[in-house]
Amino acid sequence: MKYIDEFRDGVLAENLANSISIESRSDRIYRLMEFCGGHTHALSRYGLLSMLPENVQMIHGPGCPVCVLPIGRIDLAIRLALEHDVILCSYGDCLRVPASDHLSLLKAKAQGADIRMVYSALDAINVATQHTDRDVVFLAIGFETTTPPTASIIMQANDAGLRNFSVLCNHVLTLPAMEAILTQPGGVPLQGLVGPAHVSTVIGSQPYQAITTRFHMPIVISGFEPLDLLQSILMLLRQVNEGRADVENEFTRAVTSAGNRKAQAMVDEVFELRDSFEWRGLGSLPLSGLKIRAAYSTFDAERRYPNLSYISVQDNKACECGAILRGEKKPQECNIFGTVCTPENPVGSCMVSAEGACAAHYTYGRHLSA
Amino acid sequence: MNRSKSAYIRPLDIKNGRVEINHGGGGRASAQLIETLFVAAFDNEYLRQGNDGVILPLPPAGGRLVMSTDGHVVSPLFFPGGDIGSLAVHGTINDVAMMGAKPLWLSASFILEEGLPLADLQCIVASMAQASKTAGVPVVCGDTKVVERGKADGLYIATTGVGYVAEGVAPSGDSACAGDVILLSGTIGDHGMAVMSKRENMEFESTIKSDSASLHSMVADMLATGAKIHVLRDPTRGGLATTLNEIAKQSGVGMVIDEASIPINPTVAAACEFLGFDPLHVANEGKLVAICPAADAEKLLTAIRSHPIGIHAAQIGEVIKDDSCFVQMKTSLGGRRMVDWLTGDQLPRIC
Amino acid sequence: MCLAIPAIVIELRPNDMARIELDGVRKDISLSLVEDVQVGDYVIVHVGYALQKLDSEEAAETLALFAELGRTS
Repeated sequence: MKYIDEFRDGVLAENLANSISIESRSDRIYRLMEFCGGHTHALSRYGLLSMLPENVQMIHGPGCPVCVLPIGRIDLAIRLALEHDVILCSYGDCLRVPASDHLSLLKAKAQGADIRMVYSALDAINVATQHTDRDVVFLAIGFETTTPPTASIIMQANDAGLRNFSVLCNHVLTLPAMEAILTQPGGVPLQGLVGPAHVSTVIGSQPYQAITTRFHMPIVISGFEPLDLLQSILMLLRQVNEGRADVENEFTRAVTSAGNRKAQAMVDEVFELRDSFEWRGLGSLPLSGLKIRAAYSTFDAERRYPNLSYISVQDNKACECGAILRGEKKPQECNIFGTVCTPENPVGSCMVSAEGACAAHYTYGRHLSA
Repeated sequence: MNRSKSAYIRPLDIKNGRVEINHGGGGRASAQLIETLFVAAFDNEYLRQGNDGVILPLPPAGGRLVMSTDGHVVSPLFFPGGDIGSLAVHGTINDVAMMGAKPLWLSASFILEEGLPLADLQCIVASMAQASKTAGVPVVCGDTKVVERGKADGLYIATTGVGYVAEGVAPSGDSACAGDVILLSGTIGDHGMAVMSKRENMEFESTIKSDSASLHSMVADMLATGAKIHVLRDPTRGGLATTLNEIAKQSGVGMVIDEASIPINPTVAAACEFLGFDPLHVANEGKLVAICPAADAEKLLTAIRSHPIGIHAAQIGEVIKDDSCFVQMKTSLGGRRMVDWLTGDQLPRIC
Repeated sequence: MCLAIPAIVIELRPNDMARIELDGVRKDISLSLVEDVQVGDYVIVHVGYALQKLDSEEAAETLALFAELGRTS
């Protein structure tokens, strides 16, 4: 596979890993946080964590949109499906997240709710076009990578005059999450950030300046093939060793300074900032989530179904997803990790999504902590 | 002289007809369906006896009987490289073969959904008959029932297979030993991705075909080498990863496999990338895993590679002592990670 | 949500769609988020949409950089 295989070359990987070993100073500990669920997954899946020296530690940040979605928002989707008889279209990752009343979207489906997995936002709008006699709601989640497709289908629905389609919008923003992590009291001391891959193709590398300047924190935007990650880690190490705090772009083949202006414009056309949005593990963050603008209100499920008010639900007391998302704890430090909470019976969302820290560790790394 | 008119029986309208409830009722309509479609296609001396059961001979002295059964509910019914019918035949033949046995007879039970087009049913039965004939394993008895529309996904097929296993041959999931070698007979992921390519909402175009095939003649070749085979298993649902974990747990051992040595068709790899699947978790229907002492690996591998469906066979790993029974993998990057069972149904990852 | 793959555009289709291919797997995706995409271009595809064109020169440079960085200093 072109542009994939070359970035997974084993010989180059070994060389890069050696360089990381050599350049990491033995008197330092490097705590680096990755913000992209795809990165969390790749680090585990390719066994990259086992190739890093002990003093280079990857902390898994809140880059998994399924993981940061609060239970209360899934409850809204389930209620729409069960009480309002809509066809609820959702990406696969969301279907198993445990919600209130021992339900999940998948369990609601078993109870008779019409819940359909979609691979693309396009599929959701196709369902609406094929079933004009039913209301169709798209459960939209994701950071800035997935937001433009949602904007695109809302504009498409508007142009087509679709009357039976709406979106339950849970889109969130990366920079507020980064700031929250870096400003939380008693937070984990970090030496560098690995910037998300595809979020950056959309927003560009320029916005991260605000973080490096304010926090004196080096950031390297990384592609998510394994060689990209290894190189980005090496670049971060060098910045730390040299006392620099710059935004560097390793993913130059897809990320420019300005990003994808067309996609940004479409997002701006359809969405606006919410005053505040609740994030699992991070609490309510100001100006961190998006809602649909008034001009497109007919496609906003929260306005279309008026009894749909959000109720905040606390995580299960034993669940440490919050601390794990903030990078304060490791999955294996959660009391119920691997016993009560497993991918088969997840208690928290970090175990459901394949890129959640807990699922990644359970699936690829628990032999290390056994 | 009185002559009775020869009774006219309206023939089954295969082209446009559909399965109806009375086809499963046991009456004339049932009999006609069975005769026209099933018996005609499977045609053998056992079925021609027309009884509810068949009498079969015992194995020769020292031999033992092996029996296995499987239900088939694949959706869609037709996919590149096969259909539910051929799958039902190959699947059960393989289950018997994995016991080191020679499969000899099959039974087939059909649950048909009211409304299933007869043309589709005929296609599926023809496909089964072809698979059965090529494998040399006849369908000797069967049953047909019809359920109301909506109660079955078109049709379900359950097949049971019976065979003979020679004295002293007993591959078993609990027989893997530390130091043994793990062999895989060919590429992974072909069947699962072939089926996925036809699933609604995930369709993609490709040349991927299911690898559905009968493994018994290859197993016979393997046994003929005289190699000691500790474990034989076909990695179907849940993929190679699940099969290796099952064996590790049953045998109380660990395993280390080498990602770079696992054969995979580049198009299957690409399809897995697209949908966010791990090929290790994708179903196979014409492959086997064999675990044997290191000394026997070479001759076993040669035998497998000499067989038409084993040409891509490879040695993929080894069995080690590990009380936690983990299956680990050296990644193509040179790192190490665990290979876990498949969790639930495979949902395509978005990320 | 970052699963995205680079694939080549093999055909442009009406309604801002395109057919892409990755090692023999073909799928139709939307080009509504990008501009000036031609047959033969590589795009990064995510949940059925092209997010960005892949700059092949930059890709080559990155690969060269891996080789260089990896040479133990």
